[in-house]
Amino acid sequence: MQTLTRDHIVRWITHAAEVLEANKEYLTQLDAAIGDADHGINMDRGFKKVLSQLPSVQDKDIGTILKTVGMALISSVGGAGGPLYGTLFMRAGMAVGSKYELTPDDLVAMWRAAVEGVIQRGRAQLGDKTMVDALLPAVDAMQKALEQGGDIVAILQAGVAAAEKGRDATIPLVARKGRASYLGERSAGHLDPGATSSHLLLKTLLDVVTE
Amino acid sequence: MKKLINSPETFVKESLEGMALAHPDLVKVHFDPNFVYRADAPVAGKVAVISGGGSGHEPMHGGFVGRGMLDAACPGEVFTSPTPDQMLEAARTVNSGAGVLFLVKNYSGDVMNFEMAADLARAEGIRVLNILIDDDVAVKDSLYTQGRRGTGTTVLAEKIVGAAAERGYDLKRLADLARRVNINGRSMGMALTSCTVPAKGTPTFELGENEIEIGIGIHGEPGRERIPWKPADEITEMLALSIIEDPAYTRTVREFDEEKGEWVDVELTDPPFQPGDRVIAMVNGMGGTPIAELYVVYRKLHFIAEAKGLKIVRNLVGNYITSLEMQGVMITLLRVDDEMIELWDDPVHTPALRWGV
Repeated sequence: MQTLTRDHIVRWITHAAEVLEANKEYLTQLDAAIGDADHGINMDRGFKKVLSQLPSVQDKDIGTILKTVGMALISSVGGAGGPLYGTLFMRAGMAVGSKYELTPDDLVAMWRAAVEGVIQRGRAQLGDKTMVDALLPAVDAMQKALEQGGDIVAILQAGVAAAEKGRDATIPLVARKGRASYLGERSAGHLDPGATSSHLLLKTLLDVVTE
Repeated sequence: MKKLINSPETFVKESLEGMALAHPDLVKVHFDPNFVYRADAPVAGKVAVISGGGSGHEPMHGGFVGRGMLDAACPGEVFTSPTPDQMLEAARTVNSGAGVLFLVKNYSGDVMNFEMAADLARAEGIRVLNILIDDDVAVKDSLYTQGRRGTGTTVLAEKIVGAAAERGYDLKRLADLARRVNINGRSMGMALTSCTVPAKGTPTFELGENEIEIGIGIHGEPGRERIPWKPADEITEMLALSIIEDPAYTRTVREFDEEKGEWVDVELTDPPFQPGDRVIAMVNGMGGTPIAELYVVYRKLHFIAEAKGLKIVRNLVGNYITSLEMQGVMITLLRVDDEMIELWDDPVHTPALRWGV
């Protein structure tokens, strides 16, 4: 597969809302262990708002759709997840601009811009036990797959695998950002909720293009 | 879960509606985006002071909106920071042209949402400065964490900074005062019981029948240690000494530099308490604590302060920054100078704090 279409993007967002609703309890439980027990609830609320706005933009270009998703999340999620996921989608939208189809190059550039935006907003680095631990390895893996001539599916497969590995690698880490950092050593031994939701989002995109 | 709510989804909105109906002379409430603001806003020539944060800490912040304190408060969902569109619309509404000061508790979500809001407001030509409150000594800090949490000092800062705004301090001077209040304030709390976020429906954390959590956060975040119950005097001593003997604390925070036009890192140091210091002492209930128990704590705090050479010049005993129905207490000590004491004594007229009027 050499092109990711607008239809893919719309289905991705729609499906992501379902996946986050299904994982609402799970993400909240993860957050209860080391944070403030609202991540799943907040993401579910955010994507419900996204769904309510999607019909008004789903015939527009991909950039417009993603920016709309970003603004909806910023104004409805709250917590740290709102600005971070909001920035992720805003930057992704800005990176792809008015395109209706994405090449493998566009896809990787989009995720690179999105993740750089998250890092800039949250000032987290790799190993801080945050969503960056899933997202940054994912982007690096996608870049590598692109350089090896991978198509859309291969790129996303590489990204999802790396995100999963990065997510699981957060278990032993001691949090250095976000509310979990207040726990210090006690934050070790738990999966990071943000890294978990980031992996879910990326995996949903892969599922949509391979279904 | 047994609560006086109709549904978790409508809880925050219905509570705000009730507040607007109860205090029409003091505040108005704007919905979608949600914020509470002074009935007489904007006040000509006055810098507007705006705070906000997750709901569930009432009366903070909405109960502190009114003359001599906040111009607006932006409530998020329970224990979840508000979103930038709330602070932006609040800033537009209460800005008189003299600028806006955001008082922000140091939680990653609050910090990021208020920073985004400030950027958006500045893009519209509204002058905005953000000052962080990070006073919770329970958090063992290193350069690599989010830093200390914003807790009790927020209430005292809102009173003192609000009074200064009422007196006509300009934005820069007001920000300097807010920063000075923050570095002179320290807090620490403890929990006897947990609390239940309505949307979640089960307690945020589990405490055994005979267990207490020392250093609890205002969202039920764990603190320093979980120990068996002790008498009030011993608990008070643990909290008070942790505050009074806390060494100098240095950290880097992000503030907006108006001359450079960008966010810059600022290094701040809290000087430790010294014998002879004058302090405002707050003994704050976490929401479900009988007032009589708070006075038991205040009694012991009074004697400890005396023994340590600290002079409590003003005090506040009651529920001001809460954690839903949690039973427990937080102690805040704020080192004050003449200027801060005068501002503390200035008239205040809000739903939750009122004197001199």
